[in-house]
Amino acid sequence: MFEYAPAPESRDIVDIRPSYGLFINGEWVEPQGEERHKTINPATEEVLAEIGWASETDVDRAVQAARKAFTTWSALPGAERAKYIFRIARIIQERSRELAVLESLDNGKPIRESRDVDLPLVAAHFFYYAGWADKLAYAGLGVDPRPLGVAGQVIPWNFPLLMLAWKIAPALACGNTVVLKPAETTPLTALAFAEICRQADLPPGVVNIVTGAGATGAALVAHPGVDKVAFTGSTEVGRQIARTLAGTRKKLTLELGGKAANIVFEDAALDQAVEGIVNGIFFNQGHVCCAGSRLLVQESIAGDLLEALKRRLATLRLGDPLDKNTDIGAINSAAQLAKIRELSAAGESEGAERWSPPCPLPDRGFWFPPTVFTGVAQSHRIAREEIFGPVLSVLTFRTPAEAVEKANNTPYGLSAGVWTEKGSLMLWTASRLRAGVVWSNTFNRFDPASPFGGYKESGYGREGGRHGLEAYLDWNHR
Amino acid sequence: MVSTLTTPFAEVATSNASLRAFLHGLPGVDRVGADARAAMLATRSIKTTAKGQAIDLAIGMVDLTTLEGADTPGKVRAMCAKAVRPDPADPSVPSAAAVCVYPDLVATAVQAVEGSGVKVASVATAFPSGRSSLEVKVAETALAVAAGASEIDMVIDRGAFLAGDYLKVFEEIAAVKAACGRAGGAQRENGAGGAQGEQAAHLKVILETGELATYDNVRRASWLAMIAGGDFIKTSTGKVSPAATLPVTLIMLEAVRDFARRTGRKIGVKPAGGIRTTKDAIKYLVLVNETAGPDWLDPDLFRLGASSLLNDLLMQRQKMATGRYAGPDYFTLD
Repeated sequence: MFEYAPAPESRDIVDIRPSYGLFINGEWVEPQGEERHKTINPATEEVLAEIGWASETDVDRAVQAARKAFTTWSALPGAERAKYIFRIARIIQERSRELAVLESLDNGKPIRESRDVDLPLVAAHFFYYAGWADKLAYAGLGVDPRPLGVAGQVIPWNFPLLMLAWKIAPALACGNTVVLKPAETTPLTALAFAEICRQADLPPGVVNIVTGAGATGAALVAHPGVDKVAFTGSTEVGRQIARTLAGTRKKLTLELGGKAANIVFEDAALDQAVEGIVNGIFFNQGHVCCAGSRLLVQESIAGDLLEALKRRLATLRLGDPLDKNTDIGAINSAAQLAKIRELSAAGESEGAERWSPPCPLPDRGFWFPPTVFTGVAQSHRIAREEIFGPVLSVLTFRTPAEAVEKANNTPYGLSAGVWTEKGSLMLWTASRLRAGVVWSNTFNRFDPASPFGGYKESGYGREGGRHGLEAYLDWNHR
Repeated sequence: MVSTLTTPFAEVATSNASLRAFLHGLPGVDRVGADARAAMLATRSIKTTAKGQAIDLAIGMVDLTTLEGADTPGKVRAMCAKAVRPDPADPSVPSAAAVCVYPDLVATAVQAVEGSGVKVASVATAFPSGRSSLEVKVAETALAVAAGASEIDMVIDRGAFLAGDYLKVFEEIAAVKAACGRAGGAQRENGAGGAQGEQAAHLKVILETGELATYDNVRRASWLAMIAGGDFIKTSTGKVSPAATLPVTLIMLEAVRDFARRTGRKIGVKPAGGIRTTKDAIKYLVLVNETAGPDWLDPDLFRLGASSLLNDLLMQRQKMATGRYAGPDYFTLD
């Protein structure tokens, strides 16, 4: 037996301060509110730092700073704004190892993913939108599209720095200024990004970071000085935000939950489909809004596919997120772990068959083994509700029409995957799926040039690509 | 001869049509996905004790190879000495698995490695192009086996394969396999089944994946070689670029894994050509470990066809033991 010795990435490269304030107008300021909270390493429950939570007054200061900065920032020629954004992108690349370690510490995701997926995409996103800054007149949004003003942005904990990049890069390229609230369990890379803004000499107030939980986010989106709100997170919170903003002039984009179908036809490339299923649901511990959480497999190959899948899952390596050979890291929080456990228990009690590979879990921290439910029916909760964890529900189908019907029969519509070696079937299926992204013989692939967003309860608006500019520009002003 | 072979799936080789139906019925390979999987496994970080274990494992899997027109008995004897005792200063270094030479040098090699446990492999069948008649290929195999080769590395007829004449490829492999079992001429055939006494030479089937072009073809050729009776499937002759690659080896490892699941018979895999560094070798071992499984981490089921690799393995081994790199003159050039 070939046992891989521990290969931990060194955490000496990161310098975490014992406590952090808010980043407003280019300065670190203490929050006026009394609330301070600890952010922990979910793999060990070790306290990483103390974080000040922004009150309504703090949010107001941040929005004022952004409003003030907007006047000069939006007046800069696009090529000048691009220089700042390119500089940020390069600093991110230079500091990518440090940021990857920090992300894995605060979030629990394996270093292999933060190093090979998150950070390269973060830098790519800034590079991509930096390129647009001086070409907005050629984006197909009129000859003189204008920035909106201050963008209030609220991001989730699953891809902390990547979601920040998705929000901030297009906002800045289009000439807006930003107040961003990172998730309460994963603020550290956003705070490191604040330092990067200083390192890049970004004018004060162009980017402001306010840490906190739901109340801080609510204050931000409701602030009258905010012109555009962008939110990524749960459908429940997205609904509240939509209610708050109804009747105001604010523009809104929402990127919410998902319950994506990963459809495997009988003629699929089996070994690669297995990899795609693993990558679809066990990437980032399944903390992915577009995760392929429903496997729809054609009945004629279900037995072979499940056998191959289970054999593959037995090779997954769960443990220390900083170990370079770890495939599955820690669940981000105790609350999320409780939710995953609750829904998994519901799956069992509703009659689905639960399976996990032999997989010892560490004693401390929040962990959940890769789990597969077979014999799942459309009516089961685990086939309908977003679990946001490493839990796969397997359903079968007989015909392409049935596959499409089942795939679309969900309140969500963020993403889907299709596996077939037959091109005509691929196109037939993809054109009938009501999902913002349809992956063809792959899953969970991202690129800054590709728009991303949902149908139905998965939200509205698109992020990424040329389409992502629309949300940050006023192009109907004539 | 062919008809006496009992191999799993032999029934699919009753006609070219049925063979074709079988091979084209195998699940396809998605190139992008296969490349991505191989690239991901190449990021595994093998350090400290695991690295030490991997280096010794890799040394014991090397088929130390010389296949040049300029090969001489002297060159072959020097290489054999290296294979038997890779590091003269350190007896704890394991021997290589085998030496691999042209048929006319087999006798020299057999004599040089006698009693050491190192096996002698010979390329045969009009290596490297395979462009000759079946009679010549069988005769060459028989000569090499008669000279004492315990392993035969044959090449498939890529022309026939690409033309869709799978039955021709199958029959050639089966005929060469039969020739492997006839060491020393008639005496082998007298025994019941020929399995008693001396063992039949093991047959490695070289697919020359660099000429097969697609991963689907690699999978089909792997299955064709396995059902025709090959004991090993090997990527390359080393004379065509690209030679061994990680994705191609991944697909071959998937094939032997699936074949074992369906027949219970374990076929070996040998990437050859272009594997020069310890880092490369370890990537292959990781690929084996996480694809076919740890059972294949054994010189009976996995080999690395290489020449310069061995010195790099020795250098890294010494570095692990002493903490320092010795200069190149501290490792023998053979």
